Amino acid sequence: MMDIAWYLVLSAFIFCIGVAGVLTRRSPLVILICLELMLNAGNLALVAFSKMTGNGDGQIFALIVMIVAAAEVVVGLGVIVAMFRNRLPMDVDQMDELHG
Amino acid sequence: MESVVFFVAALLAIGGALGVVIQRNPFYSVLSLVVHLIALAVLFLLLSAEFIAAAQVIVYAGAVMVLYVFVVAYVGGLEDPLIEPSPVLRVVAPLFAVALGVELSFAILGSGLKGIDGKGAHVAAGFGSPARIGELFLTKFLISFEVVSLLLLIAAVAAVVLARRSKSPEPDRRLAADRPS
Repeated sequence: MMDIAWYLVLSAFIFCIGVAGVLTRRSPLVILICLELMLNAGNLALVAFSKMTGNGDGQIFALIVMIVAAAEVVVGLGVIVAMFRNRLPMDVDQMDELHG
Repeated sequence: MESVVFFVAALLAIGGALGVVIQRNPFYSVLSLVVHLIALAVLFLLLSAEFIAAAQVIVYAGAVMVLYVFVVAYVGGLEDPLIEPSPVLRVVAPLFAVALGVELSFAILGSGLKGIDGKGAHVAAGFGSPARIGELFLTKFLISFEVVSLLLLIAAVAAVVLARRSKSPEPDRRLAADRPS
C-alpha cells in the first residue's frame, strides 16, 4: 500500500499543471478546464487526508468541492455562451473592460 | 499490486493533466480531462472512497464533461490556438509552475505530519460507502448540505439567465458599437 505522502505530492503536481495552464492559455474555455484540474487536485488531497485520519469528514469536503465546481462550470459556460452570442472575442486578454 | 495500480493511475492522471494544457484544440483538452478524471477515480478507490469515485465518474466524467463538449461544439473548438503571445510569459509561466510544484512538494514532505509516512488509519469496510456519506451529510454537515443545494439551484437559474437569448436588440447593438473594430 502506498504512503499518504505519494498522494499529496501527486496532487501538488496536478495543481501546478493546472496553474501552468491558467497562466499560459488564453481561451476562456481552456482556462475553465484548467481550473477543474486544480479543484480536482484539491479533492485528491482532501480524500488522502480523510484516509490518513480515518475520518469521513474529508470525503464530505471533497463532495462539496465537486458540487461547487459543477456550479462554477455551469455559470462559467453560461458566460462563455453569452460572450459567443454577443460576438465578443474569445480571448481573456481582450476582456479587460473592468481593468481599472 | 496496489502500488502498480497507483503508479499507472498517477501516470494517467499526470498525462491527462498535461494533455489538457498542451493540446491546442479545446476538444482534445476536454477528452484529456476525461482521462484525468477517470484516473483520479481509481485513486479515490485506492483511498477507500468508493462513493466519491462513483460520483466522480458519473457526475464529473459523465455530466459535466458532456456540458463542456456541448459548449466546445457550439462555440467552435477548431478556432486558432490561443497560446500566450508574449514570449516572456510563455517561458516564465512554466518555470513558475515548476517552482511552485517543487515548493509544495518540499512543504508536504517536510511538514512533519505524523500520518503522512503511514498508509493511513485502518478503516472499517464501509468507510466510503453511500450509507456513511449520507449519514454524515444528514447529521454533522446538515447545514453545508442545505447551503450547497441552494447554491446549485442558484447556479442553475443563473446559467439560464446568462445564456438566454435577449428579446430586445438594444444590448447587442450597444456591445457591437463599443467594440473596437
